[in-house]
Amino acid sequence: MADMIKDHILDRPNSYIGRSVPRPNAKRLLSGRGTFTDDIKLPRMTHVAFLRSHFAHAEIVSIDASAAKESDGVVAVVAGVEMAEVCAPWVGVLSHLEGLKSAPQHALAVKKASWQGEPVVAVVAHTRAQAEDAIELIDIEWKELPVVTDMETALEDDTPVIHPDLGDNLAWRRNLDVGDVDAAFANADHVIEETYISNRHTGVCLETRAILADYNPGEDQLTIYHSTQAPHMMQSLFAKHLDIEEHKVRVICKDVGGSFGIKVHSYPDEYATVALAYMLKRPVKFIADRLESFTSDIHARDHRITTKIAVSNDGIIQAMEIDDLTGIGPYSVYPRTSGIEANQVVNLTGGQYQHENYRAQATVVYQNKSPMCQYRAVGHPILTLITEGIVDDAARAIGMDPLEIRRKNLVPDDAYPHKSASGMPFENLSHQASLEKLVKMMDYDGLRKDQAAAREQGIYRGIGLATFIEVTNPGPAFYGVGGAPISAQDGATMRLDAKGNVIVEIGVTEQGQGAEAVVAQCAATALGVTMDKIKVISGDTDITPYGGGTWGSRAAGIGGEAAVQAGKALRQNIVEVAGIMLQSDPTTLDIRDNNIVDIADGTERMTLAEVGRVCYYRPDTLPKDYQSELVVTRHYVPKQFPFAFTNGVQGCYIEVDTNTGFIEFKKYCVVEDCGTVINPQLVDEQVRGGVIQGLGGALYEECLYSPEGQILNGTMADYLVPMAAEMPDIEVGHIESPTLDSELGAKGAGEAGTGGAPAVVMNAINDALHPLNAKVTVQPFTPERILQALGKI
Amino acid sequence: MTNQIEQIQVTTTVNGEKVTALVEPRTNLVDFLRNQMELTGTHVGCEHGVCGACTVRIDGEIVRGCLMLAIQADGLEVVTIEGSDDSGEIADLQKAFHERNALQCGFCTPGMLMAITEMLEKNPDPSRQEIREYLSGNYCRCTGYEAIVDAIETVANTRKGA
Repeated sequence: MADMIKDHILDRPNSYIGRSVPRPNAKRLLSGRGTFTDDIKLPRMTHVAFLRSHFAHAEIVSIDASAAKESDGVVAVVAGVEMAEVCAPWVGVLSHLEGLKSAPQHALAVKKASWQGEPVVAVVAHTRAQAEDAIELIDIEWKELPVVTDMETALEDDTPVIHPDLGDNLAWRRNLDVGDVDAAFANADHVIEETYISNRHTGVCLETRAILADYNPGEDQLTIYHSTQAPHMMQSLFAKHLDIEEHKVRVICKDVGGSFGIKVHSYPDEYATVALAYMLKRPVKFIADRLESFTSDIHARDHRITTKIAVSNDGIIQAMEIDDLTGIGPYSVYPRTSGIEANQVVNLTGGQYQHENYRAQATVVYQNKSPMCQYRAVGHPILTLITEGIVDDAARAIGMDPLEIRRKNLVPDDAYPHKSASGMPFENLSHQASLEKLVKMMDYDGLRKDQAAAREQGIYRGIGLATFIEVTNPGPAFYGVGGAPISAQDGATMRLDAKGNVIVEIGVTEQGQGAEAVVAQCAATALGVTMDKIKVISGDTDITPYGGGTWGSRAAGIGGEAAVQAGKALRQNIVEVAGIMLQSDPTTLDIRDNNIVDIADGTERMTLAEVGRVCYYRPDTLPKDYQSELVVTRHYVPKQFPFAFTNGVQGCYIEVDTNTGFIEFKKYCVVEDCGTVINPQLVDEQVRGGVIQGLGGALYEECLYSPEGQILNGTMADYLVPMAAEMPDIEVGHIESPTLDSELGAKGAGEAGTGGAPAVVMNAINDALHPLNAKVTVQPFTPERILQALGKI
Repeated sequence: MTNQIEQIQVTTTVNGEKVTALVEPRTNLVDFLRNQMELTGTHVGCEHGVCGACTVRIDGEIVRGCLMLAIQADGLEVVTIEGSDDSGEIADLQKAFHERNALQCGFCTPGMLMAITEMLEKNPDPSRQEIREYLSGNYCRCTGYEAIVDAIETVANTRKGA
């Protein structure tokens, strides 16, 4: 394509880039006409329910399902051994996480169950209720095994080993030691140590996990409707473990009712559902109920981190050291593994600051609780909590304002490209500009005055600041290099139809964040058509180009760029044939507002509908040696950097009621730099929604377990998530530092809000409580923990 | 066969249409609406009456579809999101939600709209905090609520001026 159109996507006339266009696909949802997986019914459809282990760790001595098989409406009862003949087990490791080990995991437990909620027996019946009735009739003889729940003792000699073949309960350990950490601490003016705890919580998608599989032996075709973030990954995994050719497996992802990383993993009950459809040759639907969600969705963020920071009298950070311990349940989750969260903590802690001495250890251990894996902002809420927690610790130790210590230590905006102490490459960040913008937005000095005045009256208010970095637009370095079947690149196919409308098929998927709208904006702008001419299709492995789906804040940056390049290429093809029809030099033509126009003065020459009509219906009027091509596909993967890091800063002002431990938000501001902003409203709403989800983990959410490994709050009445009344309005500002890795320059925006929220609220609480010599370090920062910190209970 | 459960006849009005159906006594209203009436706009979220995704209107009052049995709807009038959408009564709310992006995944949205409809009937001029407190029975995991509050404020102001 030597004569490829040279114009830049950000210079297009009538551009949709940077405009708050409403999402075209949102209207059906407002009418109750979405298609979530549970909304789909197929002929001869059956429902599966799972008997799950009541015990956290127990051997299956025998299973008697004879009564269940006779129960009304029952089609099949299948346990682990029979299931294993159809669905091969998996091991959740990646080669680039060297040393990570895990045990083979089955779709249904074989021999023993290793967490409360592990699926053991599947019952398929005409209705879900009938399947649940039959489960009551199954008699399992269990032999309880000693339970490993406390990650602190998981590696001790007298702790039982969950998987004897692994030798111990250690999943993975990583050590990093950069610079001369010992010397830096030995020579430091101040060394501050603290231990932070982030407790286990989970995503609580309002739509639970959902899958409907059908197998047609006549064409050897598996069709799977799945509420998932990564259709092509799931296609590959289902094909592999059922030993079917990949092109015989079609994964269709319609509307997804929240995902947040919960639906980017593969789950035993979902393999089992697909295998049952294959075995029974008819549709099988599995919809997790809410208790199943709490015990079988991945959990996340159960970490204990000891930290140490060296700081000079004038506030220069000289060294950081962290030791992270995390318990991930009994298996490393397949295929992304449960080592990534700790890996992020090692790689990214302190990455926004200039310091050259850094030591980190991560220890990842097995335990008999629900498996842990990646959830929105993977690792960032933890590593931002400890980074910004210890920086505030350092500031307090030397009597410096938290704003000043950040001003002194953030990597300067003119220092890029820059590598962090841990070796992470940063292309172009804006910590200083973002911080100064935030300071203005929140009126930092004014808040300090208000805080002082309030304290005179015995009212305790605090300011929190949290700067952050965030991994987005991941390339193959994240999973592909480790052996996972996860596409790093995504494609867009664009087709001009005979009436001048455009179909865009895209590999990234929609979970409500607006991926399809953003792709439509990019495609419309690159091609030169209005948004109403564009229809975007996503979430179907038979139709869309191969792609990675939506996770890691990649949909807009990677899917958007693929759409840009496809749009430009289609425009090239269209003006070429238009040039023939108009007997004009195609380099003098452009497409604007659905018309072929002269570049020079915008004169309309022909409609796109006319181009479509001639190319499809009257190609006889074109030269005999010319073939028009009105379908193009283009792909994109970031190549210059392994990830596009973003940055930002959050600031909040809160009031702590020292009698009740309740906190009230007085102000909440965020400055985010996600490069080119394609749709400001959608970006702002990602930030807001992300912050609130982060505040859930910071203030309310915790999966509580008994010492026996029994979950204690498996309902949404007991497990609290943010509700409207307590949550603040959030002011969002932007700095734009585009990535030069793509023409569009967009980085991801979906996770940064979540990543920074726990740190900013913890710092605000501790700022408020400082005069009372009280401090919280255990998340969630509940009223009870605040009152404990105050010594009141 | 074991576990056979007797079905009971229920006559109800759903979105203005008279319906007679056989249901198991244990069937929740929301399961009846979704599975038997194929009104899939009403969603099941928590199954405990706390999240509000299954909110429908019965004889003018909103109820949780997961906390009520289908047989309890005998003789009553049920309105779901499909009925509210068809009648046009929430068109301004839908428009405001769309323009303000007051929904992301959209799973909570039908229940949210049913609850907001009732709120604005009872309190046509709510403050932001009143809106937030009323919505505490409807969970949204995506938006963080602010856009929803904004959209409701817009509609309340427009209706006031109308």
